[in-house]
Amino acid sequence: MYQYTDFDRAFLATRNRQFRAQVERRIDGSLTEDEFRPLRLMNGLYLQLHAYMLRVAVPYGSLDPVKMRQLAMIAERWDKGYGHFTTRTNIQYNWPRLADVPDILDALAEVGMHAIQTSGNTIRNVTSDHFAGAAADELEDPRPVAELIRQWSTDHPEFQFLPRKFKIAVIASETDRAVMKSHDIGLRIIEREGLRGYQVWVGGGMGRTPMVARLLRDFLPEADLLPYLEAVLATYNRIGRRDNKYKARIKITVHEHGLDAFRDEVEAAFPERRAVFSGADQDWLADIRARFVTPRLPERDAAAYYAARDNDPVFRAWTDTNVAPHKHPDHGIVTISLKAHGATPGDASADQMRLVADLAERYGHDDIRVSHAQNLVLPHVALADIPAVHAALRDAGLGTANIGLASDIIACPGMDYCALATARSIPVAQGIATRLDALKIEHEVGHLQIKISGCINACGHHHVGHIGILGLDRAGVENYQITLGGDASESTAIGTRTGPGFAYDEIVPTVERLIFAYLDLREGPEETFLETYRRLGMAPFKSALYDGEARAHAAE
Amino acid sequence: MARDFTPKVVTANALIEGDVVYLTADDRWTRDLAEAELLIDEAEAEYRLLQAEARAGEIVGAYLADMRPGERGPEPVHFREDFRRTGPSNLFHGKQAEGLSRA
Repeated sequence: MYQYTDFDRAFLATRNRQFRAQVERRIDGSLTEDEFRPLRLMNGLYLQLHAYMLRVAVPYGSLDPVKMRQLAMIAERWDKGYGHFTTRTNIQYNWPRLADVPDILDALAEVGMHAIQTSGNTIRNVTSDHFAGAAADELEDPRPVAELIRQWSTDHPEFQFLPRKFKIAVIASETDRAVMKSHDIGLRIIEREGLRGYQVWVGGGMGRTPMVARLLRDFLPEADLLPYLEAVLATYNRIGRRDNKYKARIKITVHEHGLDAFRDEVEAAFPERRAVFSGADQDWLADIRARFVTPRLPERDAAAYYAARDNDPVFRAWTDTNVAPHKHPDHGIVTISLKAHGATPGDASADQMRLVADLAERYGHDDIRVSHAQNLVLPHVALADIPAVHAALRDAGLGTANIGLASDIIACPGMDYCALATARSIPVAQGIATRLDALKIEHEVGHLQIKISGCINACGHHHVGHIGILGLDRAGVENYQITLGGDASESTAIGTRTGPGFAYDEIVPTVERLIFAYLDLREGPEETFLETYRRLGMAPFKSALYDGEARAHAAE
Repeated sequence: MARDFTPKVVTANALIEGDVVYLTADDRWTRDLAEAELLIDEAEAEYRLLQAEARAGEIVGAYLADMRPGERGPEPVHFREDFRRTGPSNLFHGKQAEGLSRA
């Protein structure tokens, strides 16, 4: 993967020195909080309910053992021994002291990491496919392009004060594992008549006005990427709304002006932008690509893997959910669930981080990914080594076999941490997962994505959950609305609200009723929850949720 | 006719640690809600908030939080303040772990 150059290191050192001095000036009283707040946010430092929170960027979710061990060290030395992986594939520390943050940033810089642009109205951490470089269906590894965008957008002087935050995702396959169409700009690398280029999608997003991205350009030649992105960003910067925070995202700009009018503005701005790009960016992209070579994977006899599957039902169940096919048939992509039943989705202890680092080093060609679903991935593991990997994971509480199942829940931090939240989300996720584990039904239920947000900002992606749960404050009491039929895949769809919300103590039994209703309604085990919903619509699920009879039945 | 005033406490986050603090009657910042000064008069509450905001070197984001009088001092009216005085519910961290929450 990309390693920092002297230029990158010098840039980061300067930036960290500046922030250290800013923190000192805040503590000695030379800066007011109003002056300091934008400075700390530029460096990823939030103030939440109980403490500060430092959000560290994990560009396109890629880590290596050295970085992961440093994240573990930071968790132990300056936090409470754990970190929280997020839906933007970042890691958050929930308990840093202000005075320690400059040291934490220096420790991150030692391993080529930072917290820049993880907050504020800037271009945020670029995300990508967590199976990049390993998936059989990809055209190429999308991460070099994501890295190019990271470098271009970091400290880009024109785009530090956008109307609102801006999120970009890059994928290179038809299958969308990165929720690409829920981004301000989604890029899909494609090939047309032998030429590489991009499909450019614009104006996707969640929040209080969820929208699926629309196709802005069906083929953008490879070399035009950065000037075209600049044209889009500059157009948004100029005509995007700044009068109302809730109407400031590019999705509203596109919606209010209309896609065609917005495209006309972009195309009008493009030639001027194109003219100032000399091609140096494309030379640099070639250089970045050279650093992202997929490891040369040797031929390995996979017999031990298949024997273990035959002999060990626990291993077999885990591989069914957590191992995906690799482009090299002797290898597999291992997803490590950070969703043990009853645990906080996305949390990993320092010991667990170190174990993952060790496994990546020993069996995984030094490659680790963070997925937007708040799990970790070892993208290149020989099938023959997977039994050993599983045994080590299991011993560390990381062997949960639930990827893609109902307990593989995305949940935002909610009111347990977040100052913006209107209700809790973590305990709802814990409650649902614990109940599913007690019922032992989730393998029978199959693919079902539950996503929970603790406020309308939708950090928990509830709009695109097959079952979405939104926690609100209704007259001083936590209340949870349910949406059905959302879809985070390439057939992106926004879920539909079922009706009135449910109290905190009702939400777990309510989800249970929905799941049992699905089991009754499906045509067979191969029909997923989403397929059943699409076939039958809302009515039978609504009836399961709200009919008095169903309630009485559930209470028995 | 004067409308009913919901009693308040002045609360904020500590500058260095970031944790929740409350203003006491003798102008200290306490981590324990039970020690906070309960303000039952609106004008007095506004005045105490202004005094708190002037102490920018100690705290961040002072505001008035609704409370009701309890046997051991102020009690939160809203669940958000109940979490703030306790700590997160998923992990035994924050005030509850430091013996500062009597919830």
